[in-house]
Amino acid sequence: MSDTSAAFVRTEQVPPSPPPSSATGPYKWAKDNLFSTWLYGLLTFVSCYVIYVILGNTLPWIFAGVWNTSSLAECREVLDGVSGGCFSVLTERWNQLLFGFKYPQATEDTPRTVLGLLPTVGYWRPSLTFLLFFAAAAPVLFYKLPRKLLLFTAIFPFLAYYLIWGGTIMTPILALVGTVVGYFVYQRLVTGSFAAGFFGGIAAAFVVWIIGGMLIPENANEGAMLQAVPSRDLGGFMLNMMLGVACVSLSVPLGIALALGRQSDMPLIKWICVIFIEFIRGVPLITLLFVASVMLAYFFPPGTTTDLFLRVVIMITMFSAAYIAEVIRGGLAALPRGQYEAADSLGLDYPQAMRLIILPQALKISIPGIVNVAVGLFKDTTLVSVISMFDLVGMIRGPILASTEWNGVYWELLGFAALLFFVVCYGISQYSQWLERQLATDHR
Amino acid sequence: MTIMTDPPQESFRLSMLLNDTRYRSYTFQFIALIVLIASAAFLMSNLFSNLAAAGLNISYQFLGSPAGYDINQTLIAYDSQSTNARAALVGILNTLLVAFLACVTATIFGVIAGVLRLSNNWLVSKLMSFYVEIFRNIPVLIWIIIIFTIMIAVLPGPRAFRGDEPSASMVLNAVAFTNRGVYIPAPVWGPGSLVVVATFILSVFGVFAYRRYATKLLYDTGRLLPMGWPSLAILFVPTLLIYFIMGMPIGLDYPELKGFNFSGGIKVGGPLIALWFALSIYTGAFIAENVRAGIQAISKGQSEAAGALGLRQGRIMNLVVLPQALRVIIPPLISQYLNITKNSSLAIAVGYADVTATLGGITLNQTGRAIECVLLLMLFYLTISLSISAIMNVYNNSVKLKER
Repeated sequence: MSDTSAAFVRTEQVPPSPPPSSATGPYKWAKDNLFSTWLYGLLTFVSCYVIYVILGNTLPWIFAGVWNTSSLAECREVLDGVSGGCFSVLTERWNQLLFGFKYPQATEDTPRTVLGLLPTVGYWRPSLTFLLFFAAAAPVLFYKLPRKLLLFTAIFPFLAYYLIWGGTIMTPILALVGTVVGYFVYQRLVTGSFAAGFFGGIAAAFVVWIIGGMLIPENANEGAMLQAVPSRDLGGFMLNMMLGVACVSLSVPLGIALALGRQSDMPLIKWICVIFIEFIRGVPLITLLFVASVMLAYFFPPGTTTDLFLRVVIMITMFSAAYIAEVIRGGLAALPRGQYEAADSLGLDYPQAMRLIILPQALKISIPGIVNVAVGLFKDTTLVSVISMFDLVGMIRGPILASTEWNGVYWELLGFAALLFFVVCYGISQYSQWLERQLATDHR
Repeated sequence: MTIMTDPPQESFRLSMLLNDTRYRSYTFQFIALIVLIASAAFLMSNLFSNLAAAGLNISYQFLGSPAGYDINQTLIAYDSQSTNARAALVGILNTLLVAFLACVTATIFGVIAGVLRLSNNWLVSKLMSFYVEIFRNIPVLIWIIIIFTIMIAVLPGPRAFRGDEPSASMVLNAVAFTNRGVYIPAPVWGPGSLVVVATFILSVFGVFAYRRYATKLLYDTGRLLPMGWPSLAILFVPTLLIYFIMGMPIGLDYPELKGFNFSGGIKVGGPLIALWFALSIYTGAFIAENVRAGIQAISKGQSEAAGALGLRQGRIMNLVVLPQALRVIIPPLISQYLNITKNSSLAIAVGYADVTATLGGITLNQTGRAIECVLLLMLFYLTISLSISAIMNVYNNSVKLKER
């Protein structure tokens, strides 16, 4: 037996050595993602140059900006030849940009209400409405919140109307009472048949409104707690928000009805819906706004006047309802045939099957599409500036750029408008993607 | 023994109109018809009593009377003494012009951005998604105004081109970017230019014939002919030869600074440029998303299978991925074209004389014929949309997956 032994035997494991620097860290990342081929390398340099040109021109302009002058000439004096933005137009015209130039402002002489604390007019009213809007929208947007909050959402339209338009409190209360009565009639009758409940509820609401309307005196607006503000005094970004929110929320139910009508077996109803949808989708929104501004008044009973805001809301609602109907039709078509048959075999009638089985699934599929329509619609509310309503774009192009103080301040104003719209629209689309992930019930 | 009895003959009762599914749909349709007729009658009677009260009537006579206003950019001969119908026609042609131009450039922007957004280059794909998000989330009206403002506020006026050391100069001595519009050289058609044009058109057909022949040869014999350079050669060589043989009949009329403005060449007005560029860059962002979705919809297995068959990268794209992706891309692409046509009505915001600005704008305001003008306007847009939808349906049927 030899006593030769191994000169060296390693007893512990060698720790793995780190990968070479060329296969790890920022170097590897840059090599893979920026310079993998010479073409990509070239593209990277081109993109860097583009970014440099854009940032190199805008950043100094933004940082050198002036925020507290009262006119463009004064601002140019302060800048003294340096390239910089005159953002003071935003601070000086802030209220006009947000609320329009005619919305009545509170002054020292304005009568006070609510224990003498709040003025009867002023920007606090739309601002408060805007804040309450989030509270009202929250339970709709986030379904994990307690369902009781929906009660506030139901009250919100009446509250918002009262806060923005003011006038006698009787009007929104009457509208609310009519709606509540209609709802209870619907609850009572819907156990018999859906159609009876639906039409009965609407009829009951109308009866209440008509009877109540006779009770409100003509001069009820005088001396009201909140001074009445006519629709033509609304403007600025507030007008865009109001049009967007009102039209989207009105057009979803109308769109559902149109989509169901288009799928109907009844030829007459089907063709009414098809013609309506295709007609609306075939013409640009601007022609519909022309209809609202110059043509619709002819179709109302002689002697009545309807304000432009209402006419525009009617036309934009019809417009977006047609698009939403197409989106929902896609959702209805995407449901497997078995769902309809399952509902039939359970013995459900058409309204029950739709409310309990078909629509919940179809609407879930349609959410991204509906949100797309909503974002598009919100962007399209800027078109009302063409029919001389002073929304955000109308304010910028009209009263502000035409004023002697701020004639020529394009970039600050247009950039501000673009930024506002971008924040809102990007926020909505991010929300829709989040909601899609939340509602995804298929396990992939 | 059982006796089969006939089911009891149910007599018709009035309640069956509501409760029996056989009759209920007739009841509902009847009610809907009544409501429809009643509301139409209500609206029409309102319309006619309102018109009578205002002393108006529905008449299209105004189309034949002189328009009385000038249009700065026209494709056909027009002056202020032309009729309103002629003004509307000028507007229609202008709408079609800007829609066509914007469709072409929007497709180019969209395809480039969509493909680059899928690239492995991190910086480029981030830059492209930035472009898409920025343009999709800001109203097109704001973009049109921004680009129009760039045109009039940043570009130099014609006077900047004057003097010994002008502060602005023409690009290649042929194109002048001014705040009144862009001046480009105009072709001058000399004698014999018809031959050159005819040769060029024949060459285009020649290219198609060659490509068809090459494909046929490939399928029949397996011989692969080169495609790229022979196509280019067929397209250009005969035309250039004829052009020089005929003694260069087609010349260019360059814009020149005369007095306070440019003369000669073709003036492409600022509003047209702003509208064209804004529409194409805005819609390009939407098309980029369609292109990306279309390419991503093709499962990876398709390109892997093509690779396993031994096709090289370019052929995988051309023969396998693109034909399938196009089936997904083209329908939304066509509806984007439709959107461009409809959005071109925003021309009214920058003063480009499209049909909304002539017929629905000045003519409407001057004649006061609101109902007639708006109806004609809607009719025009409906015709365009319905014809584009018809084309789309034909296309969809032709590429539909043949399933059994």
